[in-house]
Amino acid sequence: MAVAFDEMNGPGGDLRSAYRELSRWLKETPPDALEYRRQEAELLFRRIGITFAVYGDAEAQERLIPFDVIPRIMSAKEWAVLEKGLKQRVRALNMFLRDIYHGRDILRANIIPDDLIFQNPVFRPEMNGQSVPHDVYVHIAGIDIVRVDADNFIVLEDNARTPSGVSYMLENREIMMRLFPDLFARHRVAPVERYPDELLSALRSVAPLSASAEPTVALMTPGVYNSAYYEHSFLADKLGIELVEGRDLIVKNDEVFMRTTEGLKRVDVIYRRVDDDFLDPLTFRPDSALGVPGLMSAYAAGNITLANAVGTGIADDKAIYSYMPEVVKFYLGEEPILKNVPTWRCREPKDLAYVLDNLSELVVKEVHGSGGYGMLIGPAATKATIEAFRDKLKREPEGFIAQPTLALSTCPTCTASGLAPRHVDLRPFVLTGSKHVTIVPGGLTRVALKEGSLVVNSSQGGGTKDTWILDE
Amino acid sequence: MLSRTAENLYWLARYVERAEYIARTIDATLRVTALPAAYIGKTNEWESALLTAGVSASFYEAYPEATEQNVVEYLAFSPSNPSSIKNCIEAARLNSRSVRTALTSEMWDTINSAWIELQEVWGKGTSSREELARFLRFVQETSLRFDGSAYRTMLRNDAYWFSRLGLHLERADNTARILDVKYHVLLPEEEHVGGPLDYYQWTSILRSVSALTAYHWVYRETLKPWLIADLLILNDTLPRSLASCYSNLVRNLDQIGVAYGRQGAAQRHARGVRNRLEHSHMDDIFQHGVHEFIQEFIADNSRLGEIITKQYLI
Repeated sequence: MAVAFDEMNGPGGDLRSAYRELSRWLKETPPDALEYRRQEAELLFRRIGITFAVYGDAEAQERLIPFDVIPRIMSAKEWAVLEKGLKQRVRALNMFLRDIYHGRDILRANIIPDDLIFQNPVFRPEMNGQSVPHDVYVHIAGIDIVRVDADNFIVLEDNARTPSGVSYMLENREIMMRLFPDLFARHRVAPVERYPDELLSALRSVAPLSASAEPTVALMTPGVYNSAYYEHSFLADKLGIELVEGRDLIVKNDEVFMRTTEGLKRVDVIYRRVDDDFLDPLTFRPDSALGVPGLMSAYAAGNITLANAVGTGIADDKAIYSYMPEVVKFYLGEEPILKNVPTWRCREPKDLAYVLDNLSELVVKEVHGSGGYGMLIGPAATKATIEAFRDKLKREPEGFIAQPTLALSTCPTCTASGLAPRHVDLRPFVLTGSKHVTIVPGGLTRVALKEGSLVVNSSQGGGTKDTWILDE
Repeated sequence: MLSRTAENLYWLARYVERAEYIARTIDATLRVTALPAAYIGKTNEWESALLTAGVSASFYEAYPEATEQNVVEYLAFSPSNPSSIKNCIEAARLNSRSVRTALTSEMWDTINSAWIELQEVWGKGTSSREELARFLRFVQETSLRFDGSAYRTMLRNDAYWFSRLGLHLERADNTARILDVKYHVLLPEEEHVGGPLDYYQWTSILRSVSALTAYHWVYRETLKPWLIADLLILNDTLPRSLASCYSNLVRNLDQIGVAYGRQGAAQRHARGVRNRLEHSHMDDIFQHGVHEFIQEFIADNSRLGEIITKQYLI
């Protein structure tokens, strides 16, 4: 594997300009001052209660995601490219979804094989021919971006269902501003605090026609035991909207109401953080206690907007991912600004043969997996693990894709033995309303805290950093 | 507001109030049992602590005998006692998490910090009376801080009123339960004024509702059982009296009624109970039986809880 690109000390160890001030500051600041601030940050996080749950880990029902106090910095120029690329990508995702559930031009053009759509469990036949306000399907997208050099941004994953992490983007900034006012004074960091306002106006802009002039928006959560519950309550609070659970909602005459102390109140837009499968026990999983019976028929009647729409999983599926460059070209007639990671589709015999021959070099992912679960990182795996994975692959090749092990870029990070480079990725949040696609300058930087590790997922020991976009 | 939010706020306040009440009960019992036997007679005070907490039956399913150690463990820390202080704080935190958006950061911080301290400092219970005293103080301070931050930081809207409803309903229930268990020492017939036996029982009752000093300010008299009953039942100036709880319940329900432009069964029922308290005299209550009066009150109070639930919370 190639030597990773370090975002502070570029190739050859030359200090990159966005990091000039930080580097100077780091030299002036004694290491124990950093450690002290780190402890202070942890205390703040714990008191605010910013925790997440790890599934299958009864011991630590509520854990803190480790926070690294060294910011990750990008120049305005870098951000401009990224922003343009993200908007392009999300526009294409929305057009793709509109097409898949309506005319299916892209299938007739033979760009994507039919069976990849129709036999895909995340394809929702209920959405066929169903129109959604302003043809927006993905109102909130979290696009995972990695870098391997100074020039290219690469999309690792499109999260078009219920992407999470934006509360960390906002809270990390709050805490950094409290802990390092002097460091902020020495930079011109673009603010991220308007995200809740932008989100609310995007959500209100897609209210159904039958809504009143002042549409009612609610955030729907699976409940306090969900791993992202903190984020749900945080966002509802920032947006000033009700945080509802399925049992708070009721459908009458194809309209959705919430139960309030003053009786039933109509809801027009639901920012739902509940997966498709659990939305409506009458349509999807009958055993779901999280959902609202009849929600899908209110949806079909056009009386409620769900954000994101039902069935967006077909756009961020790892098998569809590999077609994204063609998807962008097909709908927009433009060259994709953001690159894809080269991807072998194990469903194709030629690709499978290559993957099986090169397992120890590759990252193999489950097509329907997420959160870093169930993947093989060839270079870091033992022989036994690789062989076990080989069997799984042969048994069900269509369930997997493979990618080269990327040398993700690194950023300076506090470790037990002082500052050291650690691998990072970035999840910016892209909002789509009736008229605009917007992105606040920043995102969630995740960092793999273990030396050499490439896994940044919080469920697998990753941490987070504040992400600074410099305003020139 | 969402019915579920109102429900959580209501129960949150109840759990915090209950935790404090249990702490006061343990504290008052510790003081009485520290006296020589000649002063308190043969009654098992720990048993009556269980009765005032309303958990006597479930206690004996888990323990053979009401010793200090067993009762303290059960009332303060037992996971199997739904009203143990530990469970109350945990339930309060769970309710707080569900309604974070309706809490001010001061209230959340109080509950969350208490929950963290409960795990980190009191996870193993207490091993001495000094530790126990510190724990009880921690619980009472948590309740005071919670109450104070609600009072000082919440908007005066339905969220605040539902939280206050929970507080006063729980408080009324607690005061009534002490009276229910101890009413016999307050009966005028059994009066042997100044007799050491009852004197310490009376101080213990007053202490458990933090009214010992208040008694002297209000009556400027030595302890008299009928005056104690008067203070706890009818005196509107004592925050933990039944009368005061009902003045507050009526006021908060009226505020909700005005804000929503609609009155209902809860408002009527609360007013009925308040009127009865307002027009009662201790003489009549003694004549008709304190015990019956208290029993009726407890039933009326829990009936109000049901009506509020039906009218607003589901």
